[in-house]
Amino acid sequence: MLLENRNCGCMQNNQPNCECMGNNLENCNCDYTPQGINAAFGYNTANMMQDDGCSCQMTPEQCCDERNRIREEMIGQIKCLNFAVIELGLYLDTHHDDQKAICLHREYTKQLKELKDQYQRVYGPLSIYYPCKKWRWLEGPWPWEGGNK
Amino acid sequence: MWTYNKVLEYPVKIKCPNAKLAKFIISQYGGPDGELAASLRYLSQRFGMPDQVSKAILNDIGTEELAHLEMVGSIVHQLTDGLSAEEMKAAGLGAYYTDHGVGVYPQAAAGWPFSASVLAVKGDPIADLQEDLAAEQKARATYEKLIDLCADDPDVVDPLRFLREREVVHFQRFGEALRGVQDKLAEKRFFMNDNHCMNNNMMQNNMSNNDCGCGK
Repeated sequence: MLLENRNCGCMQNNQPNCECMGNNLENCNCDYTPQGINAAFGYNTANMMQDDGCSCQMTPEQCCDERNRIREEMIGQIKCLNFAVIELGLYLDTHHDDQKAICLHREYTKQLKELKDQYQRVYGPLSIYYPCKKWRWLEGPWPWEGGNK
Repeated sequence: MWTYNKVLEYPVKIKCPNAKLAKFIISQYGGPDGELAASLRYLSQRFGMPDQVSKAILNDIGTEELAHLEMVGSIVHQLTDGLSAEEMKAAGLGAYYTDHGVGVYPQAAAGWPFSASVLAVKGDPIADLQEDLAAEQKARATYEKLIDLCADDPDVVDPLRFLREREVVHFQRFGEALRGVQDKLAEKRFFMNDNHCMNNNMMQNNMSNNDCGCGK
């Protein structure tokens, strides 16, 4: 799997659930801009995501580049898997006893679920059905504005 | 993008077909204040919204309206399922039967096919959100008329009551979004010249007195 054991943007922490990709955002020109209700309430999600527990040795710029690269890689993979599931779904509607297609469908849906869980834990929800402690659904940009591209 | 969940938002279990009721209720499928119009209205208007709250609320209510479209379609289907040509004709649906059989076609109660002319996208957040508030009230009123017309069948009234309640909740959320947009537009704003342009304009001054152009 493309991103196996690489949840962490800093490449130095192999904890499976490490969420330190948000570290070192300060002084870093990331694509994230707090908007709307977050800005109105005077807090900045990017700062809130910071976690002093990260042992990242990269400069903020390197960390930011790495974080963006991994994000794009992950969302690209999610889109691929998502389309594969759509296509297999259509095929299976008219070929419901094709064992190879069923096998592929099982594999892709499993990978998709795992990858989406990983992505959403760090970059915010892809749907309103992702549980959260803080409502990040309002964070832009939206897909029609170039978000999650 | 959207994904489909194989479950209705609220159950529709109608035991007795009744084409006369279907003739009225189909208006909430493809009529002027129906769920299809509502969904397309909100999902189209969301592109022009100025803040995250109004984008989110139009996105999420527009999505819920698609679930309501499915519910209304299910009601019409269950009310007409298996009916004969004679039964459809007796209910005043002879013309409908000619063109659509007992399929579910998006049209108004009076027979007009669905038209995008029943919705508006003004590209103006205040105008659009005010339209949405009115649309929710019109849909709420339509459901109340339908509940009166269907009073004899509790199986039909039950999902209609749920749908009516949702219109009230949507109205409330749109009102909150509208207030947010109004507050945002009423904020005091100040404007700064682009540095690059200012430097060009101030070049003569800069050369003579080292004024950086910032006014200090």
